[in-house]
Amino acid sequence: MSFFSFGQSAEIDIVLNDAETRKKAEHKTEDGKKDNYFLFYDGETVSGKINVTLKNPGKRLEHQGIKIEFIGQIELYYDRGNHHEFVSLVKDLARPGELTQSQTFDFEFTHVEKPYESYTGQNVKLRYFLRATVSRRLNDISKEMEIVVHTLSTYPELNSSIKMEVGIEDCLHIEFEYNKSKYHLKDVIVGKIYFLLVRIKIRHMEIDIIKRETTGTGPNVYHENDTIAKYEIMDGAPVRGESIPIRLFLAGYEMTPTMRDINKKYSVRYYLNLVLIDEEERRYFKQQEITLWRKGDIMRKSMSHQAAIASQRFEGSSSAEKALAQAQAKEQEQ
Amino acid sequence: MSDPTVADTRRLNSKPQDLTDAYGPPSNFLEIDVYDPQTVGVGRNRFTTYEVRMRTNLPIFKLKDSVVRRRYSDFEWLKNELERDSKIVVPPLPGKALKRQLPFRGDEGIFEEAFIEERRVGLEQFINRLAGHPLAQNERCLHMFLQDESIDRNYIPGKV
Repeated sequence: MSFFSFGQSAEIDIVLNDAETRKKAEHKTEDGKKDNYFLFYDGETVSGKINVTLKNPGKRLEHQGIKIEFIGQIELYYDRGNHHEFVSLVKDLARPGELTQSQTFDFEFTHVEKPYESYTGQNVKLRYFLRATVSRRLNDISKEMEIVVHTLSTYPELNSSIKMEVGIEDCLHIEFEYNKSKYHLKDVIVGKIYFLLVRIKIRHMEIDIIKRETTGTGPNVYHENDTIAKYEIMDGAPVRGESIPIRLFLAGYEMTPTMRDINKKYSVRYYLNLVLIDEEERRYFKQQEITLWRKGDIMRKSMSHQAAIASQRFEGSSSAEKALAQAQAKEQEQ
Repeated sequence: MSDPTVADTRRLNSKPQDLTDAYGPPSNFLEIDVYDPQTVGVGRNRFTTYEVRMRTNLPIFKLKDSVVRRRYSDFEWLKNELERDSKIVVPPLPGKALKRQLPFRGDEGIFEEAFIEERRVGLEQFINRLAGHPLAQNERCLHMFLQDESIDRNYIPGKV
């Protein structure tokens, strides 16, 4: 921002080429507010234009160069000064010179690697943004545009159930089972708790989802636990042989995919905490880690695939094969 | 092949419950009553005892039905033993009422009926809370308090 009213200044505007068609996603800012940003995936090209608009038309703007950067960075809140950039691309748009009128510059960052998901946490933040800069001798003019990146996964090949017997000797034995170990963000946790021995007076049982954000390394590791959900699954006293079902829909909770050791700076992991509470408010619990992943939006793909399968019923196999091949070719294009 | 876009939310298979388990007595029966306060002794050596009756089907207790007489200082002894030897957070006892033991009171002090009743309720809550704690159930002192005729203060502390 320039406090010198003499001379020239300018405003920069960043506009993406696909602003009309590209989806936006909601993302929390550091102060808890939610905002919408353009959504990108790994490998996608980021292209657009920057409009440099002169504030005083007629006067020239001298500059030491105009550039645009695409940056992916990790910021630890306890160490604000040090931004760790894991993606840093730059395109020079203009060599040092002067602008006599407002001008537009095109830019394209082709097939940009975006290896991690955007994340705003309690002690750490990972963000991606475009920064356009008009360099000047005394003070630069710059504009940032933040984008959101999601990392997608497909259905894991191996997704075994979690089944375990736990308890306190001679007091309480339970067998708990969750149908999977890896859940996507809109999945359902289906499980059951089977009581083998109940010698304490249980009043109720709940299942909590705990998010643990770990920052720092070595002796300075810090864990921040946050209970995202508390869901009562049983009210009353169970006896031996009873089986309590669990059905917990994850779509209702604000969660991110599991993030392990992102750039060796932080992790975000999720745990299911099974809690039994007895008549005297004593709590008995068992924590179990689950892996969360983000599923891609496959609506359009499955539609064309299903249309191909439907055509099999009416047209015979050869044209069905053709339709299937066409659907597959379409998927590959997307 | 099930449609991957719609999650399968059917319940997991489980063994049907045995009816004797379903309708039989629960394995967690434990009830302790503190009642029948009696003041014994004369003059300045008076004190109040309470009957402590425990009924249970927990295998860790030797007797399924036991009755003993205990006074407030016995409860204090138990609290101190557990605070020293076990890792549990011992529930609070009803007050010691030292003020009530001072002379020149208008009322009966610690032998006042309303006070004894208040204390009885507090002691009952205390012992029920404590006896239900899985870690307290392992302590020799709790078993001696509940089921031995008298408390041997020279006992060897330990686990059952």
